[in-house]
Amino acid sequence: MSDLATRDYADPAVRAQLVSEVDRAPGAAKPDPILVVDSVVRHFGGMTAVDVDHLEVQRGIITALIGPNGAGKTTFFNLVTGFDRPSQGAHWSFDGKTLDKTSASSVAQAGMVRTFQLTKSLNRMTVMDNMMLGATEQSGENLVKSLFKPLWHGQEREIEERAKELLDRFKLLAKKDDYAGSLSGGQRKLLEMARALMTRPKMIMLDEPMAGVNPALTQSLLGHIQSLRDEGTTVLFVEHDMHMVRHISDWVVVMAEGRVIAEGPADSVMSDQAVIDAYLGAHHDMDLGDDALLEEDAVKEMADEVAREEAEGKA
Amino acid sequence: MSLTEDLTTGSDKEQADRTSRNKLLYAAGGLVAFLVALALLSHVPGSTGQIAASMLRVAIQPQTAALAVAVIGLNIHFGYTGLLNMGQAGFMMLGAYGFSIAIWKGQPMIVGILAGFAAAFVFALLLGIPTLKLRGDYLAIVTISAAEILRYTGRLAKLENFTGAAQGIPGSQYRGPFADLSFLPQDTNWTFPFTKLTYPLTGTDDWWTRLVAWLVVALCSYFVFLLARSPWGRLLRGVREDEDAIRSLGKNVFAVKMQALIIGGLFGALGGIIFILPSSMQPDAMGRNLTFFAWTALLLGGAATVFGPVLGSILFFSVRIFLQGITDAVLPSGLMNTQQTEQFAWICIGVMLMLIVIFRPQGLVGDKRELRFNV
Repeated sequence: MSDLATRDYADPAVRAQLVSEVDRAPGAAKPDPILVVDSVVRHFGGMTAVDVDHLEVQRGIITALIGPNGAGKTTFFNLVTGFDRPSQGAHWSFDGKTLDKTSASSVAQAGMVRTFQLTKSLNRMTVMDNMMLGATEQSGENLVKSLFKPLWHGQEREIEERAKELLDRFKLLAKKDDYAGSLSGGQRKLLEMARALMTRPKMIMLDEPMAGVNPALTQSLLGHIQSLRDEGTTVLFVEHDMHMVRHISDWVVVMAEGRVIAEGPADSVMSDQAVIDAYLGAHHDMDLGDDALLEEDAVKEMADEVAREEAEGKA
Repeated sequence: MSLTEDLTTGSDKEQADRTSRNKLLYAAGGLVAFLVALALLSHVPGSTGQIAASMLRVAIQPQTAALAVAVIGLNIHFGYTGLLNMGQAGFMMLGAYGFSIAIWKGQPMIVGILAGFAAAFVFALLLGIPTLKLRGDYLAIVTISAAEILRYTGRLAKLENFTGAAQGIPGSQYRGPFADLSFLPQDTNWTFPFTKLTYPLTGTDDWWTRLVAWLVVALCSYFVFLLARSPWGRLLRGVREDEDAIRSLGKNVFAVKMQALIIGGLFGALGGIIFILPSSMQPDAMGRNLTFFAWTALLLGGAATVFGPVLGSILFFSVRIFLQGITDAVLPSGLMNTQQTEQFAWICIGVMLMLIVIFRPQGLVGDKRELRFNV
């Protein structure tokens, strides 16, 4: 355990070694978790959208959060980042700090920064202004100090330089004086990610970064996410695109009906029976047009199975 | 390093600052040209001269300056932060009451000014705490009703010894300390060179009040300029665009909105104090109408600009006088009498507001690009 801090997660072999040590079960303990979540529950009326008992996210690697539509991934994101409140007493901690009842802004200040499924670029501000808003601890954002330019001018220059470097990396530098509203959807995704990086996050949470992005841009987005990890940022992302999940994630957490149902490296988790059932339904290999289904034995068999499952559910 | 050398000569921000400075110069130059033209036209005999003279008088009267200050505050609310304050007249009234009551009750003028500010500060806190965490519409509902509640409270007959009830407080009760500060010669025959502007008969719309009122406008504009160019101003615009995005970057959105609400409200209070200096403290003069005048002036001049509120206020008053004067001069009095032409001018103002919002939402000096995209 002593070598945790010195591990270089840019090396695939190190990562493979790391995940091979972890138990492949929902809620498995990680060697060095950055985010630990306990009993997060959210009801919407009578429906339970999220009910996660325990989840740990390993520091320094890319963790994917997948699951069918309505599995509660985004709600879980909102809960953990303070944009929504759990229905009952929940506990989670980030990087050693307890975040049970904190506001969205203090979660971000702690170093856990998110992006949104529907991109929230500030459309009527320039790309540069978008970026500069991301910088933290700006003395010029204090009302009194803001009146005196010498108090913040130097810092403003530094922030501008850093923003330019990031924009250059995300191929947006040429657009820096354009209004964010004039960018394409994919460019806004990039801008949002770059803006989140301006806060120097310890962990970045991307909510469907690939939704609505054309395939050419997908490739470069993937590259950006991987280079983030290689520089030491923990990445947690929600995604539907299985190719992407398989391609870049080191660890995959699967949610269905609000619960974590499986965890593991991408390859093993996708062959997990619970995951296949959640995505495709338990009877996906059965031909519903098959006359055999109408025979008495088959009907009885299915009724038995339903009764058994209900009994399990009660227990 | 090579990055900055290749792409920028000096800072881009400075370049952008220069463009906006040029724009400001054009707008200010246009305004001065407008006033000079009015001054020259006022020497033309006949109704043209009369209209020009009264337009000029209205354009620089202290109450126009008072509205400009209140609009500068509203601009911080709506233009920069996106707060829908529909009760700016309430803030003005609190400033005016604080000022006039304190002096009426024998306090020095500085206490009066501070009392007005304190009242507006508390009002902003009270309105902001419950509503700023909710969607924007709630603030609009609460501000418009709170302003009306204040006005009706001020009118209560039981408070006659405190607020003067519906009659209000006559200007003579509180104007003294301010008028005593004047260092201008007390010569009622003095006219501004090349104009027909003299001390009007009322003796209240005098050069001293005009001078101080417009000086305050200039200072307030400069103050807003300093705020708007700073990272704090950027934060305000960010909140206007998308609160959740700003929250996700670790900023305290509630605190920023509260600061904006309070500062804009203090400007409103200052505007209210100037508003009553040349007249009297009457609660009904600061009802919903005044709030909507402020909104019209803001949208006319251009929201989210430093100079827009000033330009908008001046044009709002003088255009109305122009419309009224023209209809009076052109239409025979059998068709529309003076009372009707006044109402007609107001109707035109309303139509104008609609046309602005539809065809030129950025106002006269606003940046069109800033309003092109739907949020």
